[in-house]
Amino acid sequence: MKKELMSGNEAIARGVYEAGVRFAAAYPGTPSTEIMEEFAKYDDVYAEWAPNEKVAVEVAIGAALGGARALAVMKHVGVNVAADPIFTVSYTGIEGALVIISADDPSMHSSQNEQDNRNYAKFAKIPMLEPADPQEAKDYVSLAFQISEQFDTPVFLRSTTRVSHSKSVVTLSEPQMHEDKTTLKHNAGKYVMVPINARTRRVEVEKRQMALKKFAETFPENKMEINDPEVGIITAGMPYNYAKDVFPNYSYLKLGMIYPLPEKLIRHFASKVKKIYVVEELDPYLEEQIKAMGIPVTGKDIFPYTNEFDPGVIKNAINSDLQGAVSPYKESLAQRPPNLCPGCPHRGLFYALKKSKAYVHGDIGCYTLSYMKPLEGLHSCICMGASIGMAHGMSKALKEKGKGKVVGVIGDSTFLHSGITSLLNMAYNNSDALIIILDNSTTAMTGMQEHPGTGYTLMGKEAKKVNLNVLVSALGIQNIRVIDPNNLKETKNAINEELASSGPSVIIAQKPCALFKRANIKPQPPLKVDADKCEGCKSCLGLNCPPISWKEGVTKVGSKRKGISFIDETLCNGCGLCAQVCKFGAIS
Amino acid sequence: MIDSKVKSILFAGVGGQGILRASDIICMAMMEAGFDVKKSEVHGMAQRGGCVTSHVRYGTKVYSPLAESGSIETLVSFEKMEALRYLKFLTKDASIILNTEEIYPPAVNMGEATYPYDAICFLKNHYPNVIAFNAAELAQKAGNIKAANVVLLGALSNLMNVEKSVWESVIKKSFPKKLVKLNLDAFQMGIAA
Repeated sequence: MKKELMSGNEAIARGVYEAGVRFAAAYPGTPSTEIMEEFAKYDDVYAEWAPNEKVAVEVAIGAALGGARALAVMKHVGVNVAADPIFTVSYTGIEGALVIISADDPSMHSSQNEQDNRNYAKFAKIPMLEPADPQEAKDYVSLAFQISEQFDTPVFLRSTTRVSHSKSVVTLSEPQMHEDKTTLKHNAGKYVMVPINARTRRVEVEKRQMALKKFAETFPENKMEINDPEVGIITAGMPYNYAKDVFPNYSYLKLGMIYPLPEKLIRHFASKVKKIYVVEELDPYLEEQIKAMGIPVTGKDIFPYTNEFDPGVIKNAINSDLQGAVSPYKESLAQRPPNLCPGCPHRGLFYALKKSKAYVHGDIGCYTLSYMKPLEGLHSCICMGASIGMAHGMSKALKEKGKGKVVGVIGDSTFLHSGITSLLNMAYNNSDALIIILDNSTTAMTGMQEHPGTGYTLMGKEAKKVNLNVLVSALGIQNIRVIDPNNLKETKNAINEELASSGPSVIIAQKPCALFKRANIKPQPPLKVDADKCEGCKSCLGLNCPPISWKEGVTKVGSKRKGISFIDETLCNGCGLCAQVCKFGAIS
Repeated sequence: MIDSKVKSILFAGVGGQGILRASDIICMAMMEAGFDVKKSEVHGMAQRGGCVTSHVRYGTKVYSPLAESGSIETLVSFEKMEALRYLKFLTKDASIILNTEEIYPPAVNMGEATYPYDAICFLKNHYPNVIAFNAAELAQKAGNIKAANVVLLGALSNLMNVEKSVWESVIKKSFPKKLVKLNLDAFQMGIAA
């Protein structure tokens, strides 16, 4: 069969298609986003961006209850949002099939926490598969759908950043024929989770658990490799590859199904080797369950609890006397944090907002990057949609002390994800906080995905476009202003006036993302610093715009300046914000 | 004849420099040359000026897409100071291909940190094979500054035992038709650099 170089996410999408599945819903989130983007490219599929993960799972449940084989995809923290329906669909089961993909992010490369979603499998009593590379990622999808159908259960497939975003050679399979099994079938006793029915289903869940445990014992992706009988490693997912890389001769029990665990197989493996290490990132998830079986293993005593592993982490933990590699370069290097792009509409907004000295509750999106120096635009950020509720709560608790000093900022996609109900609450409970919706017309952080405010669907069809102004008004907010955040004067005035007004206010800062192709932003000529006029005050550097840098030592007769600002023309997109900041008219 | 030992290349630079595309191209080339190949990087915030690295590993059978520190034989750095950030991953006699372009991080722009202008000197004192040149200038000569990544691949190809026809075939597959000639020229400039 054909071989292709594929990322884990591309391979998962291929696996979904090969499994004959044609229905999927998701909300974008790193490292899961490309799964849906790739799946949507296949022929005859239905794929949608839902406004959030809870809706995506509910959409997939609905499809599955109609007999479809359905998929829902999200990042690890998205499962928190979707947890409510997930825990109960575990009771009801499904008519068709339902697979939920959780893409975890050990090391928090692009996330606010590194929760270990393997715990969700145990917590919700839902079987979970964990592939170790793109080939397995593709192949496990079809196994997950088979298990879902065979046991009338939702199934989790867990990926991690290194599986989703690494690439390797994948052997493709012939796609199965898609068989349309959809049908309307009433079965209220199974699907109406009122207590009397839920109690019955609760017992069914435990029966299913027993059957799945038996199934796990012979599941072919739980693989034992007996090599050196002195040392055995029990592992799953990507850490298997790291361990094999540095200890190719040890014996291995590699678990493809991590919930429920195959107890007999684990005991069998334990009887074949003398010393057992459990190699797993994050929580001692396997270790605790194996120890509870009464099998002595070494795990988090020597391996880290935090961050993703690599081959070196495993080697150094097992051979504790080894010296890790060191760099010959001993000087400290300046950090290179990700930054708002040149021409980013958030830059002006946060520059103006900082002047107000308000406490700013932030949210999840590119604008979270404004937290860093010198913009220092945010003072809190917890999760998707939290800014509005937190701003309201702080404002209420502080009463007079908080008047005119509490702001929440939230992007358009994040607002539609989980900000609407909290804004409704602000209107209902008469908040004094100011909310700024940063409307850049797209889901920028994850790479320009569509949402209900963009006017297009994932499949590229034109769609009903929500009018934020009308929506906010309908929620009961009376003070609404729409501004251009690149106009600093207008932005500052709007912020000051709305902070001074009583009752809840919303400012919609409207300007498309500078990288958003569909917005068709006409390129403006790059700006220049006039070396004669620049007084070296560094005000423009306060914008933290990538093209603007500082040239030390360029002095001027009759001026105290120690250097001047400089604009890199190849990077500047001519947004003109720095010209508005310059007090000496030196930038044009 | 395929060498069975797994070899590792580290690509490093700044978001937006075409690092991921370059590492994709080399993976396709190694695949076409008959190797097993894996690569790993982290994207997500890469477009926004942060550090980007990509590990590429090839051999008869590759397990880990990430290389152990102290084990990488080749570093391709797309920016001068970024090369210094990852030296602990390299073997003591690693080869380094260095784009001498300087991209200042915010702390340097603000005057709060200094830029290691002497990086090339330091690298040459510590590593036996440092090939340093301005890939952006060469790419500009080939027709577009954005082809600097392919210029660097050209220089890298000198260190690898892969037929030139394989590289050409992979470059042809990697770019839209109108950009193929430009990138083949850029690749050739890297070979000659």
